[in-house]
Amino acid sequence: MRLLIANGHLIDPAAPENTGMDVLIEDGRVAEWRKSGEAVPEGCEVLDAAGLLVAPGFIDLHVHLREPGQEHKETIASGCAAAVAGGWTSVCPMPNTNPVNDNAAITRYMIEQAEHAGLANIFPIGAITKSSDGAELAEMGEMKAAGAVAVSDDGRPVPNAGIMRRAMQYAKDFDLPVIDHCEDKSLSSGGVMNEGKMSLLLGLKGMPALAEDIDAVRDILLAADTGAHIHIAHVSTKGAIEAVRRAKNEGINVTCEVTPHHFTLTDRSVEGYDTNYKMAPPLRSEVDVEAVIEGIKDGTIDAIATDHAPHHHDEKALEFDRAPFGITGLETAVGLAFNELVHKGVISLERLVELCSANPARIFKLKDRGTLAPGSIADVTLIDPDAKWTYLNSESRSKSRNCPFDGWEFTGRAVMTLVGGRLVYRSEA
Amino acid sequence: MEKPFRRRDLLGIRNLSAVEIKGILDTAENFREINAREIKKVPTLRGKTVINLFFENSTRTRTSFELAAKRLSADAVNISVSSSSVSKGETLVDTALNLDAMDPDCIVVRHGSAGVPHQLAKVSRAAIVNAGDGANEHPTQALLDAMTIREHKKKIKGLEVAIVGDILHSRVARSNIHLLTKLGAKVRVAGPGTLVPNDFGSLVESGLTVCAHTEEAIEDADVVMILRIQRERQDSAYFPTLREYAIHYGLTNERLELARKDAIVLHPGPMNRGIEIASEVADSSRSLILDQVKYGVAVRMAVLYLATGGGVSSE
Repeated sequence: MRLLIANGHLIDPAAPENTGMDVLIEDGRVAEWRKSGEAVPEGCEVLDAAGLLVAPGFIDLHVHLREPGQEHKETIASGCAAAVAGGWTSVCPMPNTNPVNDNAAITRYMIEQAEHAGLANIFPIGAITKSSDGAELAEMGEMKAAGAVAVSDDGRPVPNAGIMRRAMQYAKDFDLPVIDHCEDKSLSSGGVMNEGKMSLLLGLKGMPALAEDIDAVRDILLAADTGAHIHIAHVSTKGAIEAVRRAKNEGINVTCEVTPHHFTLTDRSVEGYDTNYKMAPPLRSEVDVEAVIEGIKDGTIDAIATDHAPHHHDEKALEFDRAPFGITGLETAVGLAFNELVHKGVISLERLVELCSANPARIFKLKDRGTLAPGSIADVTLIDPDAKWTYLNSESRSKSRNCPFDGWEFTGRAVMTLVGGRLVYRSEA
Repeated sequence: MEKPFRRRDLLGIRNLSAVEIKGILDTAENFREINAREIKKVPTLRGKTVINLFFENSTRTRTSFELAAKRLSADAVNISVSSSSVSKGETLVDTALNLDAMDPDCIVVRHGSAGVPHQLAKVSRAAIVNAGDGANEHPTQALLDAMTIREHKKKIKGLEVAIVGDILHSRVARSNIHLLTKLGAKVRVAGPGTLVPNDFGSLVESGLTVCAHTEEAIEDADVVMILRIQRERQDSAYFPTLREYAIHYGLTNERLELARKDAIVLHPGPMNRGIEIASEVADSSRSLILDQVKYGVAVRMAVLYLATGGGVSSE
C-alpha cells in the first residue's frame, strides 16, 4: 500500500526541512521525499495537499481519557476521535483513571482500547506512586515494559520531597521522564482560581502562583541532585518559567509544556463564574501570560499540550467552588496556537511544529515519531493555515462539552490526520 | 440624564452606578414610612411571588426579606436548604429551573459559594436578588448600611469610613467598599495580616486604603464598621485565639476614642460580644446596630419593588 502526499509544503524541523516536497508513504512508514511535480509512482494513491502544510503528526503530552472508570466523561475511543479531529496523531493519557494506571495491566488495557478504536496512538503515563497516594513507588519498570513512556501523579503531586527524590532516582534507571503538576497544596488547598486582584474581587478563594513556583523550584533542585529528567506539566506562572529558564542555562535536565488556555486567557475570564474557566493550574494574571508567551518565544517552553480534561455537563453545572477542575482542549489547540501565536507573529510555523511534534517526541523519546524523515512512522498532520472555522461544543467528538472556546472563530486548522499512513480524519469543510 | 436603578437582577453593588445606588436608597426612603404605620401593608406587589431560597442559615436577612415582601403584599415562600442541593443529587441549575418553572417573580438567594446568584440569573426568568454569596457580595447589607449612615451623617460623600476585621472572607466588606467609594466616601480597612491581603487596595480604582494597624484605620473616622469574626472558620487558624483577637483588633471604648467625637459604629450582626466589639461599645448610643436592622426592611422593600418591575413604567 503506497500513498503519495503530493503538492504540499513540508515542515519537518527535526530534519530540518521547510519546502515544497511530496512525501511517499509505504506500509505505514515514510519511504522517501520527492520533488513536487515529479511523476507519481505507479500503483500509488495520491492525497492532494496543495495549499496545505505537511507536518509530522502532532503529539499531545498531556490528556485525560477517563477510561477505565469514568467512561461517562470520555472513553479512549471518543478521546482519540477528538484527538485526530484536532490534528493530534498521538496522545499521552495521565494515570488518574479509576483504578489509577499504576501497573502494567492497566497500561496494556489502555493501549489495547486505543488499538481497537484505530484512531490515534496512545502512549500512557504511569503513576509515580501506587494509587497516586504519594507514599509507595509504583512498578515503573513493568509499566514501561507494557508501553508507558513517563510517570506522573499529575493532579495529586507527590507532596513529600523525600519520596519525590526517590521516585526520580528510580525512574532514571528506566530512562523515564518524571512529570510533575507543580502545586504545593499546603499553599493552594481550597482555592478555585488564581489568587490576585480577580479572586479578591470575585470573593473566590485563590491559588497563589507561589504554590506552583515553589514546587517547580523543588523539582528542579531534585532533578539537579538525581540527574533525572523532570518535565514540568502545564507551566503557568512567571516564577516557574523563570525557574525553568535558569535551570536550562545551568544544564539541568528539565523540560516543560504549556496549554493553549494558559497562553490565551487570563483570570479575568472567571468574571461571570462560568465553571468552564475553572482548571488547575488556574488561569493566571496578565503578567504570567506575558511570561508564558515570552517562554514560548525564547525556547524555555518545549511543548504545547492540551491537558484535555473532560467532565460531564452535570458535574460542571455546579457552584464555582464545587465544580471539578479542567476543560477539554484537543479540538481547539491548533486553532488557538494559530490565532494567538502564529498569526500574532509570536512564533514561526516551524516553531509551531517543533512545539507540537518534534519536541514532544524528543521529550518522551518516541522513536521514529516527531519527524517525517524517510524510515519514520507515517503519522502526519496536514494543516490549512488559512482555513477559517468556528469551534462548536455541539459538534465536538469528545463525550464532554466543558470547553470555554465554544463559538470561537479560528484561522488555521488541521484538515487531515494520518496515523501509520492511514487517513483517520478529514474535515468536512 | 442617567436613569435610576431598575435592573432585573440585583447581583452586587460592583456593577451599579452611583445614580442607580442613590435611586435604590431614595426608593427605600419612601418605603420607610410604611413600616411606621399602624397597618404595615400596601398593595404594591399584590399578585407577585417572591421565593427566599436560602442555602445558608440566616435569621435576620431572611426575616427581613420576608417582611419586606409581605408588607408590599407579595406572596413570600421560604426555602431553606441546609446544604447544597448536590447532596440530593440535584445540580444547582436543576434547582433553579424547578423553582423558575413555578413562575415566581423574584428569587432571593443566599449561598455559601460566591457567584451562585450570577449562575442562577443566567438560567432563571425570575429576577434574582443576591442575599449574600460566599465571600463575594451582600448588596442589601451595604444599602442598609448606607441608609443608616445617610440618616445620621446626612451625606456619604467625603466621609472617612473604617472597616475592621476579616476583610478577606467578608461579603459585607466588599459590597460596602464598592458602595461607599462609588458615593465618594474614603474607606480604610484593617485587621490581622492573614485576613487583610496586601493587594486588597487594588479592589477599587480609588478611595480605598489598607492600614497596617487597627488604630490607624479608626483614627478620625466618621464611621467605624466592625465585621463579624466567623468562629466557624477558626480551624483555619487565621489568628491564634479569640482572646488575642479581642485584645489587638476588637473595638473597645479606648480604640473608639481615636475616632471623631461624633463617629458612629456599625456591625452587620450577629455580634460576638467581647470579641470583635466590646459590649460597652455595642450598647452605647454611638452604636446604630438596631437602626441597621430596622432600615434593612425598607431597603429590601425597595429592592423587591424595583426588581419585580416597579418603577419601570415611571416617566
